[in-house]
Amino acid sequence: MVRIIKYVFYDLLRTRFILFYTAFLLVCTFAFFQLDGDFGKVVLSLLNIMLMAVPLVSVVFSTIHFFNSYEFIELMLAQPVNRKSVFLSEYLAVASSLSLAFVAGVGLPFLLYGAWQPVATLMVTGVFLTWVFVSLAFFASVLTRDKAKAIGVALLFWFYFSLIYDGLLLWVIYTFSDYPLEKLTLSLIALNPIDLARIVMILQLDISALMGYTGAFYKNFFGSNLGILFSVSLLLLWIVLPMILAMRIFNKKDL
Amino acid sequence: MSKVGFALALLLWSTGCKATTWVVGATEKTKHIKEAIALAQPGDTLIIKPGIYREGNLILQKPLIIKGEDYPVLDGENQFEIFTIHADNVVLTGLKFINTGIASINDLAAIKLLESSRVKITNNKFENTFFGIYLANSSHVWIEENELRANAESEHQIGNGIHLWKCNHITIHKNKVKGHRDGIYFEFVTNSLITQNHSEGNMRYGLHFMFSHNDEYRDNTFANNGAGVAVMYTKAVTMVRNTFIHNWGSSAYGLLLKDIRDSEISNNAFVENSVGIFMEGSSRNNIRQNKFYQNGYALRLQASCDDNRITRNNFQQNTFDLVTNGSLVLNTIEANYWDRYEGYDLNKDKTGDVPYRPISIYGTIVERMPQAILLWRSFLVLLLDKAEKAMPVLTPENLMDTSPAMLPYDFN
Repeated sequence: MVRIIKYVFYDLLRTRFILFYTAFLLVCTFAFFQLDGDFGKVVLSLLNIMLMAVPLVSVVFSTIHFFNSYEFIELMLAQPVNRKSVFLSEYLAVASSLSLAFVAGVGLPFLLYGAWQPVATLMVTGVFLTWVFVSLAFFASVLTRDKAKAIGVALLFWFYFSLIYDGLLLWVIYTFSDYPLEKLTLSLIALNPIDLARIVMILQLDISALMGYTGAFYKNFFGSNLGILFSVSLLLLWIVLPMILAMRIFNKKDL
Repeated sequence: MSKVGFALALLLWSTGCKATTWVVGATEKTKHIKEAIALAQPGDTLIIKPGIYREGNLILQKPLIIKGEDYPVLDGENQFEIFTIHADNVVLTGLKFINTGIASINDLAAIKLLESSRVKITNNKFENTFFGIYLANSSHVWIEENELRANAESEHQIGNGIHLWKCNHITIHKNKVKGHRDGIYFEFVTNSLITQNHSEGNMRYGLHFMFSHNDEYRDNTFANNGAGVAVMYTKAVTMVRNTFIHNWGSSAYGLLLKDIRDSEISNNAFVENSVGIFMEGSSRNNIRQNKFYQNGYALRLQASCDDNRITRNNFQQNTFDLVTNGSLVLNTIEANYWDRYEGYDLNKDKTGDVPYRPISIYGTIVERMPQAILLWRSFLVLLLDKAEKAMPVLTPENLMDTSPAMLPYDFN
């Protein structure tokens, strides 16, 4: 399995996409530092990137990669290796290289300018988001044999979590605004990995004071050990669940 | 006749010219302040030598000048009020007051002034006092360059730094207040001046101001207070060149204006407050040439305000520039600089040619449903804001700045 991971890794490096991605993040982070020396501002701008670009890149790149290495996978499966380990090595290689790119691209400038506590949270949530969306992309990829269709489904995931879901949430808040909604919104927010990452991140910054009672309620929850455990385990669930589903389909699939 | 005249002249000479100076200190003839106060004639001077004086409550009922040398310490031993003054023409200077008592029925203070006038309290230091300087029913008092410091943990364990009740013609100049409940407290205080004070880190308000007409405060700094500055139920206040900085918290305001009329708020700086100015039930105020920088909400203008003029202010890097809770527009907003303005200026008169609507749709949504702030900074919100900018539907259409400035004003 380690060997397959190594091959996939080389393959990924050969496409140079990961390098471009790292460079893109590096340039962005440096640019934010150039524009504004304030750490808080930089983190906020990076938050925008993290919430938009990281899931999008993860989802599209993973899907494309999966279909590009279809022949490689077929070749591997012709060998005496079980399907599970081929699938897992593909998955691990893609997810870890993308998160490595993220950590390097965002982390290096911060190391140069001095690290800071919310940055750690930013990194962790960014890595989590990467893994979540790689999982979703793999899930989308095993659903169909058609590359375009798979990319479409993967993009739909991204679109749903970053836009449609929030729209629905806003509608819920609007419709039921006469009721105490804190607990309901808390659970609804937790069901969307992007929203969860955003809230965890925002509560780290002092913007949370703007959020009034709702903000205080959330801060209480997410600030506690239980809250941290809760959000981490939910994100883990978002990683593991689609991945296992995808693996099960892959195991039975007629390639 | 001549005898009487001579006696009168003698009396005048002895009281008018021969004011005695009493020196109080451990090595002096008079060892206690209490003793010196009892011995002294009106108009005498008391010089207090350095040392620690634990004399309980000192009651002063005659005009005296009391000067400390190298800040002699007057210790209230955590149970007494230190100076209670009920006399005109008193001067207190160069003293250090520590550890007054804490009580929930009596307002124990380091210096309490009752029904007195023409008093000067200058260059004193206060540490760990319940109330620092407490004035009731007094007039023409000068409070200058005092330093008040307390480190209370909760509001009920601490009083106000400089507390004024029913006074007039008071000047509060260059004092520093830190860690009290309210830094400076005004209730029923008229025709007074608050200048160049620094009020920081107080539990509740940096300045708390009620029913105090015709006052003026200028060049003060209010920083890091629990709830910022509150000005309430007052008319004709002038607030000029003050700095409101980092009053941050879920119920903190840079400046809270409640039922304020005919006042002038100009050349102030509001920096990093969760709300720059919160206005409620206020009318006919002039808010001009202020700088709003990096606040959560720069201006929360409730619909209960009318006839206010908001002109020539700089709004820069605020999360929300302006929010309101209604669609009726009764205030004038004109010629401000908004850093979010995207209009153009064809005739180069430094005024934008298209009006600017300072209310963002998301600000409006949040004002209606506070829970919606949860979606703040999400992609959806970004899209909504852009769409609304292009075609206003939800935001009050008439609330706009018809002549926004193209460049920030330089107020310095």
